[in-house]
Amino acid sequence: MIESTPVGTTACKVVANEEITDNVHYLTFERPYDFEAGQLLSLTLNANIPPRLYSIASGTNNDCISILFDVKPEGTLTPLLAKLAAGDLVFVSPPYGSFLGSNEPAIWIATGTGIAPFISMAQSGLGDNKTLIHGARTINEFYFAHFFEAIKGLTYIRCASKGSYSNTYNGRLTAYLRETSSLPLNEKYYLCGNPLMVNEVRDLLIERGIPFDNILSEIFF
Amino acid sequence: MTTDINKPWLYGKTLAELKEVATSLGLPGFTAKQIADWLYKKNATNIDQFTNLSIKAREVLKAEYQVGYIAHTDVQTSIDGTKKYLFPTVGGKFIESAYIPDRDRATLCVSSQSGCKMGCLFCMTAKQGFQSHLSAGEILNQVRAIPEFEKLTNLVYMGMGEPMDNLKNVLASLDILTSDYGYGWSPTRITVSTIGVIPAMREFLEKSKCHLAISLHTPFDEERRKLMPIQNVYKIRDVAEELKQWDFTKQRRVSFEYIMFKDLNDTPAHVKELVRLLNGIKCRINLIRFHPIPGTPLLGSDEQTVQGFKEALNAKGVVTTVRASRGQDIYAACGLLSTKELNKKEEETDF
Repeated sequence: MIESTPVGTTACKVVANEEITDNVHYLTFERPYDFEAGQLLSLTLNANIPPRLYSIASGTNNDCISILFDVKPEGTLTPLLAKLAAGDLVFVSPPYGSFLGSNEPAIWIATGTGIAPFISMAQSGLGDNKTLIHGARTINEFYFAHFFEAIKGLTYIRCASKGSYSNTYNGRLTAYLRETSSLPLNEKYYLCGNPLMVNEVRDLLIERGIPFDNILSEIFF
Repeated sequence: MTTDINKPWLYGKTLAELKEVATSLGLPGFTAKQIADWLYKKNATNIDQFTNLSIKAREVLKAEYQVGYIAHTDVQTSIDGTKKYLFPTVGGKFIESAYIPDRDRATLCVSSQSGCKMGCLFCMTAKQGFQSHLSAGEILNQVRAIPEFEKLTNLVYMGMGEPMDNLKNVLASLDILTSDYGYGWSPTRITVSTIGVIPAMREFLEKSKCHLAISLHTPFDEERRKLMPIQNVYKIRDVAEELKQWDFTKQRRVSFEYIMFKDLNDTPAHVKELVRLLNGIKCRINLIRFHPIPGTPLLGSDEQTVQGFKEALNAKGVVTTVRASRGQDIYAACGLLSTKELNKKEEETDF
């Protein structure tokens, strides 16, 4: 059977599909387009499955494009994505979106796989002068921790809401933000992750006097 | 009246889905039409009321399904007659619906999701995060379970949630509302709103004849990104370009909702850019006064500015009205009632 190519997409060969922790995959495929760090694309496996949006989670100079996704057992697409192997095809839209990284100092705040655009920004050389605050439940969910720890000029803070770990703030990301005394007023804040976090953090930052036009949010839907 | 959480609802199924139910249970094909009659014409709330089905057929149905019905658990009434209903969902979340009587019209504003993923800065519902999609039955239940059901003349999908993020169930509810087997409403009595999720909006325009309302709030890219994160994904300029491909000069209309924020989106530059953005689309702009929500950094424009903005747009040929503020004494903002209920539950979140 020949699958028809969904409208507006390009067929790309899967290069690797790594399960980096339980049910979370880092999927890498051929790169058909140039993009800017922080952009997203829509992706599907055939014309019958509605495409989903994924932030690009790889650098602008890499040979391939990668995305980070968690498998939703009740979903249509992600259980199939989890089974992909090298050589299989994915159908990918051109990149778009304006949650873009820059060289300016900034605070990056993410939960779960919301770390994806920051992986892209950091791999694209935009990690200098940044503070990255990543919130998750357990230590296994700090994807790319070793990568971020090694970046010069990037302060990496992780907050685990369940369990107690070394080199980690043991508590929710919002609790960390409440306790910290240093939240610069004039830097940009980039928020990416589940909508509840985005809203809670945005409210908290505004309460702390950060102008709302310094806060840029990317929602996952 | 509550619902058995373990049994699927018949209420909210389209005729095509009821035919599948009948087939799967070995019932004759015409049973589907009879069930639709009981659900949508005779307002039955119990399978035992389906008296033109054989007792055996009813037993077979009852073994697998229930009609489904959820009564509201709270209602607040405004001095202007507006009522705000609080409904639980099947999964124990909460949604709100607003009944708005106005002379010869009676409009119900329904929710399409519990909570919302879109994170708009000015929205109270956004603060709940996303709770759940509503089934078609849960969407329609808001319509038929209020005492004013028979009085309704208009329906707007402008309550909690982004309808285009739950399009399958929204379309099923519209099919039931507008089909002969269902409630038989004209699609021109129904308006569905969106913040501009382009692919889903396109599908909605293909599959439904109902009116469309777009939450616009500013024509400028940088500004809209700060107010509405969706702008990072789908730009309002691209939404407008998509709408130019569709015909809004006949039965179906498109309107743009515009909340007026003091010193933010209420300047002459905004008038100019709005005119440019909407050039080529036959439409109407509804200006909405902003009633601040807790903790918001935004303020509402003053009345003189609102009226001046309206006149400036009308003078440029863009039909613009100011929406009457209704039920201010009870609902400052949609989402307050359900947020209060949700907070009682204090659910653990994962970050």
